[in-house]
Amino acid sequence: MPLVLFWIFAILMLAFGLGVVFLRNPVSSALSLVMSFVALAALFITLDAFFIGVIQILVYAGAVMVLFLFIIMLLDLRGEETRRLNLAAWTGGGLVVAGFVGLLFKVVSTQPGFDFPKPPISRPEISDVALVGWTLFYKFNLPFQIIGVLLLVATIGVVLLSKKELK
Amino acid sequence: MTPTLAHYLIVSGLLFTIGLAGVMLRRNIIIIFMCLELMLNAANLSLVAFSRYNLTMEGLPNYNGQILVFFIITVAAAEVAVGLAIIVALFRARQTTHVEDLDSMKF
Repeated sequence: MPLVLFWIFAILMLAFGLGVVFLRNPVSSALSLVMSFVALAALFITLDAFFIGVIQILVYAGAVMVLFLFIIMLLDLRGEETRRLNLAAWTGGGLVVAGFVGLLFKVVSTQPGFDFPKPPISRPEISDVALVGWTLFYKFNLPFQIIGVLLLVATIGVVLLSKKELK
Repeated sequence: MTPTLAHYLIVSGLLFTIGLAGVMLRRNIIIIFMCLELMLNAANLSLVAFSRYNLTMEGLPNYNGQILVFFIITVAAAEVAVGLAIIVALFRARQTTHVEDLDSMKF
């Protein structure tokens, strides 16, 4: 059963990811990206990472994508659908991507160390969120505070960039 | 029958490839930015998979990987805010978000 669920969510995620690249309307691309992130959150939950799955939906599918849609609608990108495709760029890009996929399958299939089933967790009664919190506050306390400063800097930077005239 | 680590790595690699294809094929700077997010998420998926499949001594998932994913999500949120502010400032100055129209720094 978990394998079936894995394939359902993986195929959903990849299909909506392809939608981001191949849909011509930017709003359709952004909504497709939201669905891709939701399917990715489901994959995180199949890996017993409940906290990361919830954060993925709250931060990515919620906050980040609302910001994207807001900017897309603010800029009113109507000319995008009428642009014609650059055939040389598409051929070159397709070749690079095909080479990358070939290399990926070769590496993953020839490495015997990757082909083992999921080991059971010894103490499933301990909550995932508690363990993430413990690791974050005891082992990674300084990076956690630095990331807070980074968010402050980003906020100030956005306010500065959004001023009417840049000096 | 449960999925193996190789399943997750291949799906994560395919998601990264889709993002890479988008960055190379699309010419709208906002779509390129969304495809960058897709690539970051592919990296997150393989980190969480490694964290779940390599248990620690106590038999719990290795939470260091998940903390790295947490930091990546935070940095990506800050990056999106700054990047979209830059795109809005760019649009205000040049009235376009198409990368082929923005060639003043081209050699």
